[in-house]
Amino acid sequence: MEAGTLTPPRPEVVVRGLREEPGGWLSWLTTTDHKKIGLLYLFSTFIFFIVGGVEALIMRIQLAQPNGTLLPGETYNALVTMHGTTMIFLFVVPVLAGFGNYMIPLMIGARDMAFPRLNALSFWLLLFGGMVFYTSIFFDPPQAGWTMYTPLSDDAFSSTGGVDAWILLIHLTGLSSLLGAINFVATIHNMRARGMSWGRMPLFVWAILIYSYLLIAALPSVAAAVTMLLTDRHFGTDFFDPTGGGDPLLWQHLFWFFGHPEVYIMVLPSFGIISEVIPVFSRKPIFGYKAIAASTVAIAFLGMLVWAHHMFATPTSTVVLAFFMLSSFTIAVPTGVKIFNWIATLWKGQIVFKTAMMYAVAVPALFVVGGISGVLLAIFPVDWQLTDTYFVVAHLHYVLFGGSVFGIFAGLYYWFPKMSGRLMSEGLGKLSFWTMFVGFNMTFLIQHSAGLSGMPRRIYTYSDQLHVSGYNLVSTIGSFILGIGVLITVINVLVSMRSGRKAGNDPWQGNTLEWFTQSPPPENNFDVVPRVRSVEPMKDIRREVERANQPAGSVAQPVASGT
Amino acid sequence: MIPAALLAGRKRRLALLALAVACLALLALAPVAFGDAITPESGGSPNANDIDTLYKITLYIAIVIFLIVEGTLLWSIVRYRHRRGGPEPAQIRGNTPLEVGWTLGAALILVVLTVVTFLYLDGIKNPPASGPNGLRADAAQFASIDQPSPPKGAGRPLNIKVNGQQYIWRFQYPGQQPLFTYYEMVVPTDTTITLDINASDVIHSWWIPKLGGKADAVPGHTNQTWFKIEKPGLYRGQCAELCGANHADMRAVVKAVPPDEFQAWETQQRNNILASQKALSRQRALREKQGVIH
Repeated sequence: MEAGTLTPPRPEVVVRGLREEPGGWLSWLTTTDHKKIGLLYLFSTFIFFIVGGVEALIMRIQLAQPNGTLLPGETYNALVTMHGTTMIFLFVVPVLAGFGNYMIPLMIGARDMAFPRLNALSFWLLLFGGMVFYTSIFFDPPQAGWTMYTPLSDDAFSSTGGVDAWILLIHLTGLSSLLGAINFVATIHNMRARGMSWGRMPLFVWAILIYSYLLIAALPSVAAAVTMLLTDRHFGTDFFDPTGGGDPLLWQHLFWFFGHPEVYIMVLPSFGIISEVIPVFSRKPIFGYKAIAASTVAIAFLGMLVWAHHMFATPTSTVVLAFFMLSSFTIAVPTGVKIFNWIATLWKGQIVFKTAMMYAVAVPALFVVGGISGVLLAIFPVDWQLTDTYFVVAHLHYVLFGGSVFGIFAGLYYWFPKMSGRLMSEGLGKLSFWTMFVGFNMTFLIQHSAGLSGMPRRIYTYSDQLHVSGYNLVSTIGSFILGIGVLITVINVLVSMRSGRKAGNDPWQGNTLEWFTQSPPPENNFDVVPRVRSVEPMKDIRREVERANQPAGSVAQPVASGT
Repeated sequence: MIPAALLAGRKRRLALLALAVACLALLALAPVAFGDAITPESGGSPNANDIDTLYKITLYIAIVIFLIVEGTLLWSIVRYRHRRGGPEPAQIRGNTPLEVGWTLGAALILVVLTVVTFLYLDGIKNPPASGPNGLRADAAQFASIDQPSPPKGAGRPLNIKVNGQQYIWRFQYPGQQPLFTYYEMVVPTDTTITLDINASDVIHSWWIPKLGGKADAVPGHTNQTWFKIEKPGLYRGQCAELCGANHADMRAVVKAVPPDEFQAWETQQRNNILASQKALSRQRALREKQGVIH
């Protein structure tokens, strides 16, 4: 630059105090990126899934034969409690929040969740909730079952700190879910791409929205209940203590007012996942989009009105029992509507059996069994025979494992390429699916018979006179096959993360916006958010790209003239 | 080409027909083949038998629905598998009459189930009168004021108070002189036994599978159920609500004996209790005399 020449002053952007983004493991601790938080959720919850699964296998070894001697009653009850609590509060509910975290902003064309820091807080509350709970195994783990019925969980009968650890777990994970739910609601209501009206929102987004509303409606009840239990245990109140004028049934009402919606909290997002996967691999649009979305809302609403069907054997008047039988019946209708619509989506499709699709199709196939046993359980005189037996154990596993977990695995196989940029091994995937499918049915189908023969749930041992020894042995063998099946998927994830084939942006020819961006998506998700014109924006985009790529004039097509 | 396609069609129809026949056969044979493996325990008391029947009716309807749903699902995933060069599937987005149809269909089945349930409810819920061969109503021992009045005509039921405690059941019989047992409840045959159930520590659940459904024993509440046994014998059960470390050990037996045998047992048991109470009193006096303070 020559001296003496006048140069006009140029505006400069000077930034002070901008720290470099932390790299390495620190980036995971400090992140507010919804994708990293989503991965943290998925990774932590799968660890809890493995831990809960090992607990189940130990129980199955104990029950493989009558009069098993591996575990004393105290340890067995602790395992019952840890297994149920882990699977519900530390796996199924938060793993769905993990998928929601990763996918919701991508599917609605947003750059992050509405409140990124709150999002990070949700995850860390969950993790610390889990850690507080698991620390109790070094002292005295809780032994009163995941339902923590009073007075058994009260200080007179469970004086050690295990129940308190459980109460803190409920508070921490509850807060985590509540904040997460508020975040999902705010995000879905406000941050959808231009053109994405309610009728064009992907069904998984619908499911997460309803999941969030259900959490907001149901969690306060259990939060209140566990606080009352805490004060009963330590500060001399008698909410649930009959000797002081309280009522143990109050606990059951407050707990199940949360506990039954919790079932739908766990299963609706899984239904949402397969409502995405089934049409993509059938090469057909979802059949009855509005019916599926409406049935999600209907199930959530009715799900708030059925809680006392868990209490049919308690001293309760017949009118009340009849009401809860009828309300439970009505839920079968929207659930049936969903299943019929999925089958109608498959009907006359061109079904491509990738692993994700196999897990997705297994969901209606297995959920039907849980739905049917659910109707039997809803008939309260019949429930008097079935409740609190292995029939219920079988039912709830068909609903939660067959319904939720198979759907979660469908989501894992479906979205893994988007999250990692690599495809999972189809061979290992299919092996894992069939092993899990066979193992699952072997474990749980036969438990119906054990329950019908008179085997109550949550017993650490049983008599040979009960004639359930054969059933239990088959169930135990099945549980190990199921465990191997899960292990194969874990290996598949670890191997494919390093050496899977490159996936590209859209390996499945998906319908929704997450397939528009790169795999894995950049930090801002999208440089340009496309305008949404239908419920399947990616189909529109692919069609447009195809049209643009066609050499001009090769096909005589009417060109829309600007009028 | 055309005959081949026809043949394939016929083969398919035959296969379908065979499948349908197999399914129906399975349906008909299922209860025979599996016996009690797919139905609840029954045979001890009329309420257990009614629950069993109600369960079976629902199960048969359910099996038909199950086969239709799983059959259609299986059919579509086999028939509509992706074929290379297959036609682009029709982009059907829904069908309102179909949606309305299966919604109403599902609702209709549930209405049927509701009606059937209420038809059987009375027989399950309400205790009948004791039979003619039951315990005689004028048995003086039971002239107690807290007896509920007989539900239908004559045939007074025998009321027993069941109390659950960690980890044993206590049975309190009515009458002026004390009569109670633990673990084993002795009852007369052909007599309606009504139970008033409560608990003194945590929640337990009374359940003898062959004698009907569960009734939770909740501290601070009284729950009620009943049974009526025709055949003498032992009926086993156990606590069905997690009640602590030894929940699995909390078992119970109902021993049904003919009424005359019951009365003999009853007299003896009452005398035994009185004798042991007297013995207790003597022991206490003896200890005091010897200066042992315990």
